[in-house]
Amino acid sequence: MPETTAAKTTAKTTVPPISLRRRITDRVMTGLAVLTVLLVLAPLVAIFGYLVYRGLGSLSWSFLTQTPKPVGEAGGGMANAIVGSLMILAIASIIGVPFGIGAGIYLAEFGRNRLGSTIRFTADVLNGVPSIVIGIVGYAIVVLYQHHFSALAGGAALAIMMVPTICRTTEEMLLLVPQALREAAYGLGVPRWRTTLSIVLRTATSGVITGIMLAFARIAGETAPLLFTTLGNQFWNLRYDQPTAALPLQIFVYANSPYEDWHRQAWAGSFVLIVLIVTSVAAVRYVVRRGSFGAA
Amino acid sequence: MANPAFPRPDMPGPQPVAAAKVGGEAAERMPLLQTSGGEAGDRVFQSAITACGLAVLGVLVLIVYELVTRSSLSWHAFGFKFFAASDWDPVSEQFGALPFIYGTLVSSLVALVIAVPLSVGVAVFTTEMCPKMLRNPLSFFVELLAAIPSVIYGLWAIFVLVPLLSGYVQPFLAKTMGWTGLFSGPPYGIGMLAAGIILAIMIIPIISSITREVLMVVPQHQREAVLALGATRWEMIRVGVLRNARAGIVGGIILGLGRALGETMAVTMVIGNRPEIAKSLFAPGYTMASVLANEFSEATGDTYLSALVEIGLALFLVTIVVNALARVLVWTVTRGQPARGHA
Repeated sequence: MPETTAAKTTAKTTVPPISLRRRITDRVMTGLAVLTVLLVLAPLVAIFGYLVYRGLGSLSWSFLTQTPKPVGEAGGGMANAIVGSLMILAIASIIGVPFGIGAGIYLAEFGRNRLGSTIRFTADVLNGVPSIVIGIVGYAIVVLYQHHFSALAGGAALAIMMVPTICRTTEEMLLLVPQALREAAYGLGVPRWRTTLSIVLRTATSGVITGIMLAFARIAGETAPLLFTTLGNQFWNLRYDQPTAALPLQIFVYANSPYEDWHRQAWAGSFVLIVLIVTSVAAVRYVVRRGSFGAA
Repeated sequence: MANPAFPRPDMPGPQPVAAAKVGGEAAERMPLLQTSGGEAGDRVFQSAITACGLAVLGVLVLIVYELVTRSSLSWHAFGFKFFAASDWDPVSEQFGALPFIYGTLVSSLVALVIAVPLSVGVAVFTTEMCPKMLRNPLSFFVELLAAIPSVIYGLWAIFVLVPLLSGYVQPFLAKTMGWTGLFSGPPYGIGMLAAGIILAIMIIPIISSITREVLMVVPQHQREAVLALGATRWEMIRVGVLRNARAGIVGGIILGLGRALGETMAVTMVIGNRPEIAKSLFAPGYTMASVLANEFSEATGDTYLSALVEIGLALFLVTIVVNALARVLVWTVTRGQPARGHA
C-alpha cells in the first residue's frame, strides 16, 4: 500500500510530541464543555421537578371542577379557565390553520416568484414579532370594534401567531413531495387543484400536522397576547364575545398574589397546562400516524 | 400514450372528431379526470390560495398600520424626546421611555453574557465530543426548554430562583465583586439580575440549536485536515470548526437577542417593575414589554395609551431589525446546504 509507506516515512521524520500545555488545554476545554451541559440541564430538571412536585401535590378534584373563590377565601379551582383556554385555542386554530396551510401551499406550488419571496420573508418577520405587540394588534382590531374584551380577540391574536409557523412548515413539507408525483397526476389529466389537494397535500399530511402541533404548542402557553384581549374572568363564560378566563392568565395573576393558597393553585394550573400541551400534541400525532399513509 | 381523451394535434395519429364528448366519457369512467371542471376549479383554487398568501402580507401591514396610527398622538406630543426622557408620569401626562429601553437592553445583555458561553459549549459538546448515542437525546432535552410556556418560567423564577438569589448568590456576589458597583444594594432577589438569568435560560435552546446546525454544516474534511496537522481535539474545534462557523454562531446569538428583547411574562414577574435607571443589577427595573403587560389594559387617557403603543412600535421595529440581521448571518453560513440533511 503506498499510503502506509508514506505514513511510515513521515513518522520517521519525527513529529514533535504534543506539549503538556496543549494536552492540558484540551482536557480543560472538554471538561468545560461537559460543565456547560450540566449547567443547562440543571434548570430543566429543576423546573420539571418543581412542576411535578408542587403541581401534582396541589392538584385536587375541586381544582378541576370549581370556579375561583373570592379573594382571600381558600379553595375553589380553575375549571372555567381550563375550558376558557380550550375555547380560545379552538378559535385560534379555526382561524389560523386554514390560512397557514393555504399560504404554505401558495409558497410551495406557486411561490417561485417575487411575491413568493416577499411572503416568505414576511412570514419570517411575523415569527419574530414579540407576542405582546400582537396583543396590541388584537386589542386594536377586535376589542375596540366590539367595545369589550372577548375570547374572539384573544383567539385572533393567537391565530396571527400560528400562521407563520404553519405556513413555513407546510411549505417545507410540500417541497419534500417528489416532483414526479405531481407530473404523474398531470399526466393522467388530473387538474392542478385536485393534484395539490388530494395528492401532494395528502402525501405530506403527517408533516403538515406536525407543523400545526408545533404552532399549537407555542400558542397554548402564551399569556402576553391574552392580557388585554380576553382579560380573564372569575366566572363561567362560554360565549365567544365575552371576557374569558384562560389558564396562563390565571397562573400569572395567582403567582403575583400574596396568598399561599393561590400560589398552590398557580402550580397546579401550570401542571395542567403542561399536561394539556403534551397530551394534545401526542394525541394528534398518534391519530395521524395510525390514520394516514403520510411521508416523513 | 394513445389516450384518445388527450389529443395532441401536433402528433400524427387518429384525431378524435368530437374531443369534448370523448373527454366527457373519460370523466365518467375515471372520477379524478374531471377535465371539464378543471380549468374553472384551477382558477378558483389558485385565487383562494393566493389570497391566503396575501393574508400573511396583509397581517404585517395591519400590524404596522395599527401601531403607527395609534401612536401618532404621543409622537406628535413628544417627538424624539420620548426616547430620551426618563420621567413616566401618567397623572401629569409626561411620558419618556428611556427607563424601559434601558431595562430591556440591560436585561437582554445580562442574558446574553450568561447564555452565549453555555449554549456554544452545549452545541460543541453535542456535535464534536459526545458519544453518538447521547447526541439526539441531549439536543432533545435542551430543546425541551423551548417548549415550556414563559409564564411557567416566571412562576418557577418567583418561587425558586429569586429566594436562591437573595439568600445565597447575591450576598456572595456583593462580597466578591461589590466594588464594581454592578452588584451592590440590598439583595431583594427580584430585579435586573433575576430577569437576566431567567431570560438566559429561555434563549439557550435557540442559540444552541442554531449553533449546532451551523457546526454541522462545517465540512468533515476541515476537521480531518486540522487533525492531520497534529492538532489536539480542542485545537481542531477552535481552528477548524468554530472559526468557520463564526458568522452563523453570531446569527444564532442575535436571534436569541431578538427573543430576549420581546420576552414579556417571565421578565414581568421577576424584574420588579419600577421605572428607574440604576447601575446595580440588584436594583429593580422595567422593560418595554413589561410596561405594556402591566399598564396597557388599565391605561386611561388617549395620550397614555398612545405612549404605550409607541413603546410597542419601537419594540416591533427593533426586533424586526435584529431578526433580519440574524437571518442574513445564518444564511451566509448554511447557504446552499440545508442543515436538515446533516442532522
